[in-house]
Amino acid sequence: MTATVAVVGASLAGLSAARALRAQSYDGRVVVIGDEAHAPYDRPPLSKEFLAGTYTWEDLALGTAADEALDLDWRLGTAAVGLDRGSRAVRLADGSEVRADGVVLATGARARRLPGTEGLAGVHVLRSLDDAVALRADLLAGGHLVVIGAGFIGAEVASTARGLGLDVTVVETQPVPLAGPLGARMGAVCAELHADHGTRLLCGTGVARLVGTGRVEAVELADGRRLPADVVVVGIGAVPNVEWLADSGVTLQGGVLTDARCATDVPGVVAVGDCASSWSPDAGRAVRVEHWTHALEQPTTAVATLLGTDTGTRPAVPYFWSEQYGHRIQFAGTRGDGDDVRVVEGSCADRSFLAVYERDGRPVAVLGVDQPRLFTRWRRQLRSAEPALP
Amino acid sequence: MVPVCPTDALPPGEAIRVTADVPAPVAVFNVDGEFYAIDDTCTHQDASLADGWLEGCAVECPLHASCFDLRTGMPSGPPAKTPVRTHAVTVVDGVVHLQVGVAAEGAA
Repeated sequence: MTATVAVVGASLAGLSAARALRAQSYDGRVVVIGDEAHAPYDRPPLSKEFLAGTYTWEDLALGTAADEALDLDWRLGTAAVGLDRGSRAVRLADGSEVRADGVVLATGARARRLPGTEGLAGVHVLRSLDDAVALRADLLAGGHLVVIGAGFIGAEVASTARGLGLDVTVVETQPVPLAGPLGARMGAVCAELHADHGTRLLCGTGVARLVGTGRVEAVELADGRRLPADVVVVGIGAVPNVEWLADSGVTLQGGVLTDARCATDVPGVVAVGDCASSWSPDAGRAVRVEHWTHALEQPTTAVATLLGTDTGTRPAVPYFWSEQYGHRIQFAGTRGDGDDVRVVEGSCADRSFLAVYERDGRPVAVLGVDQPRLFTRWRRQLRSAEPALP
Repeated sequence: MVPVCPTDALPPGEAIRVTADVPAPVAVFNVDGEFYAIDDTCTHQDASLADGWLEGCAVECPLHASCFDLRTGMPSGPPAKTPVRTHAVTVVDGVVHLQVGVAAEGAA
């Protein structure tokens, strides 16, 4: 019997795992399972170019002509519903199963929804291509958009919607947006982009309920204020798609728990990307990372673990970017709340600067706004300072 | 041919963005004394590859980390899917010159 690897998940992490298998000379059967009917596509543009209408579906496609040579066995439009740890069989929603010698878990995450808003028209989350198509259709009708959550997705949707001419209000529970990823000081700086471009930002207030029958009409805040809304976007984070593994014996701990090399506690099963909670030597605990570059790079390590090869890869420095109101925000490294933040180039007031986060006098992270050249140099410097994986 | 700069103004490991007398911006790189030129704008999104990171004969886009081979213009992985055009570079009397529209030798 030919050896088989099942890759569960057909987005960036899953596709990257399939490519890594072939790049690392695996010549068995590779089955790629995806719950969406679409071929792998790129998600970052969904809140930006695709939502704005400047990107087409073809622009989003991740696959290239070179992928045909990978000889992958695609099972799209069929969700995985279970994994048997003994036989390493992946059960699919259509009743079939894929028996495999190795399994790569890459089922990603889904948008967290606001409880009690199911069935109310005009209320959106944004994670999938279908989400983006539906949201764009509603945005094109114009009117008032209320974005719940001022994280990156919320901020990018607000920016795109302003570009489409909507009246936009962003509501954030926390006193300062983006304090988690950027720290309070830089979060506040980046949040000023909203006011610069005519978006109202209301911080430190929760949402009490959505008002409307059949279709949303307003958002009622915890302080009693009522915001008229033709469209609502809920951007309050993502939850890993791991419930299907509940009976598999794979340990779940805020995601599929893995070691630094992506191995789960079930032999022959590795996990990557947004669904994985992987041991981070830097943080001293397992962390679930939702960054695009992480989903791109981590499968190289996971596949090496699965095949028993050694790629000698250095752990990548966490990196993410955002684009809002024409500004490019880039962040690399691992920040802590006690870090000193120093602007080393440009100025926050000009909305073009580079800020370095330092701990014990050592740079640990860097934030750039419209400073791609300098940022890239700092990101590289952080990378070369990383020790190799044990 | 478009004169770019004297060779000593573009030391090894550095890049320069050329916008004058070219139909579209071109990035010229010095890799250990060899000069290479490619379209400056990443085929994925609007970013200047001259701002990118040079490693060996590849440049990494400063925004989304697409890598392009300077000799062939080919991307090595996502998000870019389309190659950038290469342009021939010659050095005449100590000045780097660009032959825009003439693909470099060995390019795709």
